[in-house]
Amino acid sequence: MKTGPLPRHLLSFLLLMLISLPLHADHLIMVRAHKPLAATLGQLRQAIQKQGYTVSRVDMVNIGLLGMGYTSNKYRAVFFGKAGELDELAQKYPRLVPYLPLRIAVFAEGDSTLLVTINPSTYGSFLPAEKPAELLNRWQKDIEEILSHVSR
Amino acid sequence: MQDNRIRLHFSIAIFLLFIIPLCSVSAAPDGARLFAMNCAACHGDRGNGGIGIPLSLPDFLGSVTDEFLFQTIRHGRPGRIMPSFRHLSNEQIDAIVSYIRNLTPVKVNLLPEGATGDPEKGRDVFARKCARCHGPLGKGGAGTGVNFTRLHNLPIVAPGLNNPGFLAAASDRIIRTTLLRGRSKTPMLPAAKMGLTIQDVDDVVSYIRSFEKGFQQSKNSATRSIEPTLLTSSKLPFDATVEKIKRAISAQRLRIIRSHSLDDGLVPQGSENKKRQVIFFGNLHQINTLLAIDPRMGLFLPNRITIMEQSDGKVLVAAVNPLRFGQLFNNANLEYTARELHNTYSTILGEITE
Ligand code: HEC
Ligand code: HEC
Repeated sequence: MKTGPLPRHLLSFLLLMLISLPLHADHLIMVRAHKPLAATLGQLRQAIQKQGYTVSRVDMVNIGLLGMGYTSNKYRAVFFGKAGELDELAQKYPRLVPYLPLRIAVFAEGDSTLLVTINPSTYGSFLPAEKPAELLNRWQKDIEEILSHVSR
Repeated sequence: MQDNRIRLHFSIAIFLLFIIPLCSVSAAPDGARLFAMNCAACHGDRGNGGIGIPLSLPDFLGSVTDEFLFQTIRHGRPGRIMPSFRHLSNEQIDAIVSYIRNLTPVKVNLLPEGATGDPEKGRDVFARKCARCHGPLGKGGAGTGVNFTRLHNLPIVAPGLNNPGFLAAASDRIIRTTLLRGRSKTPMLPAAKMGLTIQDVDDVVSYIRSFEKGFQQSKNSATRSIEPTLLTSSKLPFDATVEKIKRAISAQRLRIIRSHSLDDGLVPQGSENKKRQVIFFGNLHQINTLLAIDPRMGLFLPNRITIMEQSDGKVLVAAVNPLRFGQLFNNANLEYTARELHNTYSTILGEITE
């Protein structure tokens, strides 16, 4: 069925309304999980895999924080991506490479744990010309899903 | 056929006309949910403070208007971590304001307008009585949050007063009330306890207001867009580039922590693309400094440089541009260390640039 101009405009208007209601317009997305770091990390790994990504590495960032007023050195950076995807991206968008693989920083705050990552829409602003819109949208959706799974 | 199409158009149009207003009206925004989604990560679930300062203290809520809260959320505090929430509707922000109000129900009670102060005298008062916490130019205290795994008795960071978001939200009356009353349970004492007279208070209020004059200038420099990535093409072949970069890192007296292929851990072992290598480097002092200024900096620590041979044989070298950190994290305190880091990267990349 071919749709005429009227509904198409209205439809795209409606779509625009839906798309333009992001939960996070900030450069970063940050959420709080009400559980200790270890439990959060476990759930995060699961959530990342459930969205179809591989965790490539979990880094300890702050080997030396003890003794600086910090009571624990509970800080990790979790890296993840899709096998194969990275190579193609590096070829096409070398500007994105320092921001890849995707990553989420995880750190303890009292009894809860904070998770922070770069909002994929920010990458869009890094690539003024031909943006991989579909990819950025997928990342956005997946990352929001992953973080909401963990903070639930 | 034509008829059917028109009917279809018509019914879709009617359907949309109904559904669009429903989208925005039917569900009154849920303040608790909006707060949990947008604010709790920094301010705590009940506004008790964390990376962001506490929002539930009676002295705070009794000394600020709904308009102050609304404008603070709308504009954020540029350069002070607190983001601007431009994408939220007025109704959503109102719902968040009501939620904050209900955290600690107290009556808003502003003290009366003061006399016109002398900003020059205020500058002197500020330097003597306020600068040690709020910074010499009123840009705010350094570091974030009370607790990011730190001892809970570390003081609350003093907010930036020389800040367009703060001054757009706060009337002189709110600033005066805050000064005269102080905020108990925080390091912010009432003026009398700091040894200030009423005249001092009015002078310092007019000095704080005078910060607004500097904003136009800094606005121009802030909107300049900064390249997110330092990207350069190497004059050397791949292996020689990797070696040269490693030597340049050591020459900066930075430690190479590890190096592996970019897709390490993502593809089956042995099938990595060896022509895309990441080198991780840094030193403990720098990592700790950056994390203390902003715990979110762990996203970019330790430092890394990626060397990649592209399909056309070109060797590219890429790193994040630290000059972008201030903007990315909305944290002006990162800028000094970021500039140092930028110099380091530039020197290293300079070794191989064609
Ligand atoms: C010992 C440190 C300290 C000193 C000295 C101090 N302040 Fe504060 N001030 C703070 C802190 C911490 C807060 C945040 C309190 C809170 O959590 O609500 C604050 C809050 C404020 C606020 C409210 C800011 C906002 O965002 O709502 C104003 C205005 C202010 N101070 C002005 C002053 C002035 C003017 C002086 C000097 C006369 C001064 N302060 C001295 C620590 C200090
Ligand atoms: C990324 C962390 C972060 C997020 C998210 C955040 N804030 Fe803030 N907020 C801060 C920081 C940090 C400050 C103090 C700014 C300063 O030091 O100058 C602050 C300050 C404030 C103030 C001023 C308090 C005062 O004493 O004047 C209010 C009000 C506020 N935030 C409300 C909110 C609300 C409501 C939300 C959610 C819609 C929110 N914030 C989200 C970090 C955050």
